Amino acid sequence: MNPRPSPVAQATFREALLRPDAAVPEGLGDGHGGPAGRRFAVYRNNVAVGLTDAVLEGFPTLRALLGEEALRAIAAPFLRAHPPSSPLMFRYGAALPAFLDDFAPLAHLEYLPDVARLDLALRAAYHAADATPLDPARLSELPPEALAGARLTLAPALRLLRSPWPLYQIWQLAHHDGPPPQARAEDLLIARPAFDPQVYLLPPGGAVFLQALARGAPTAEAAEAASAETPTPDLSAILGLLLQGGALTDMELPR
Amino acid sequence: MLDQTRPPLPPLPGVGFKPQHYLDLLDDPAPVGWLEIHAENYMGAGGRPIAMLRHLAERFPISVHGVGLSIGGEGPLDPAHLARLRGLCDWLHPASFSEHLAWSTHDIAFFNDLLPLPYTAATLTRVADHIDQVQEVLGRPMLLENPSSYLAFAESEMAETEFLAEVSRRTGCGLLLDVNNVFVSAVNLGLDPRAYVEAFPLEKVGEIHLGGHDEDADDAGRPLLIDSHGREVADPVWSLLDHVLTRSGPRPLLIEWDTDVPDWPVLAAEATRAASALERIPA
Repeated sequence: MNPRPSPVAQATFREALLRPDAAVPEGLGDGHGGPAGRRFAVYRNNVAVGLTDAVLEGFPTLRALLGEEALRAIAAPFLRAHPPSSPLMFRYGAALPAFLDDFAPLAHLEYLPDVARLDLALRAAYHAADATPLDPARLSELPPEALAGARLTLAPALRLLRSPWPLYQIWQLAHHDGPPPQARAEDLLIARPAFDPQVYLLPPGGAVFLQALARGAPTAEAAEAASAETPTPDLSAILGLLLQGGALTDMELPR
Repeated sequence: MLDQTRPPLPPLPGVGFKPQHYLDLLDDPAPVGWLEIHAENYMGAGGRPIAMLRHLAERFPISVHGVGLSIGGEGPLDPAHLARLRGLCDWLHPASFSEHLAWSTHDIAFFNDLLPLPYTAATLTRVADHIDQVQEVLGRPMLLENPSSYLAFAESEMAETEFLAEVSRRTGCGLLLDVNNVFVSAVNLGLDPRAYVEAFPLEKVGEIHLGGHDEDADDAGRPLLIDSHGREVADPVWSLLDHVLTRSGPRPLLIEWDTDVPDWPVLAAEATRAASALERIPA
């Protein structure tokens, strides 16, 4: 009588799954008395295709800039180094910006990690909680001193990205064509007026203003923080973008 | 206590919901009587996916099909994921919840694929424990789906049908019979698909799946079918479905089409074919 076949541990299966050069684990057969051979490759291939497709779909701006083949070439080592840590595939790829920081073949494209961050921010905004936007009239009807003391509530879909690269121009070029980007730092607001996240270029001081609001500072204090970065921040333009993007949901007035 | 008061899925054709078919489904869903969704795609906090699902749930019975629980995993079930499933079922009140006889997570790495299990006493105990836990958290019985197999474990001690029957007996869970998976596994492993059906506890089947497969070959040149869900259901699978329905009677029949998703009329034509299969069940 044959000895009882030893079990194939899932750890063994997993190792062989992610390494195309690894041997197929013993104890797996073809159902006809032979070894599993390339039948194991079906699982290998399913995993690689599934995760590669998730990268291609999840990073549309990277894909538009680099082309599908180049993004596949990034995805192949990425998915081996960073398989998903959750079954929520719409969150997959959070580690891609840091991976690109160290990805030697594209090291000359130093802005790529920020492009990946933008795609992640757009995805996060798409799935964020719903919230009813603040009626712009409530803001415009306020006397200036009341507005100064008001604390504005930011929408759950709002994301802020500060880049040392012309990220807004790069995003426009990728999706809508545009002139070659001019070298400068850009701050982006991602907001979701309805169901589709939008990308807005923040005027100087806008990012600092938003960071202060997110901390719970009243608008006057946020404006002061913005003035520390840029002499005359255009507050009405910043507030206009926030209203346009449905990025404000409420305000709390001082008693 | 298991809550069995919800109306079950109707014994009609259903389709796996794809967002690109949203307006078609609201406009004229015939012959589709219910929809299935992949649970993990609706676990965000809000936005369009949730809004669409809320709206569809007012019109259609919904089946929630999980693809990420890793019921066959060697490790414990992820309590955070179980809580998310509970949260989804709590607001959606689906007609059914189903998952796979497979594993997909090891440690914390999730492979986004349904990986195979050996049919041993140890696996049986583990799977049954996990199903008990799922049913307790969700407060409802679940359906467990038979996998598509490309290889066999030397350590297996029993047939898949015997394994599934015993899991169902121990846990009280129902079964989801994927007829395409039966055909794919039978061809790949040299088994008789009709014998599989005859050994399957059909009285436990709460839902049937149908999907398309691709054809490849193994090292020895034998046919190797791949469960791709990317084309029409193959003719021999429709014949096998007739064989099932003659024995089981009417059941909810789902068309799965997950890759290279076609325009609505193509998917609706598959659902119409499923409706014909239900109509020709001998009385």
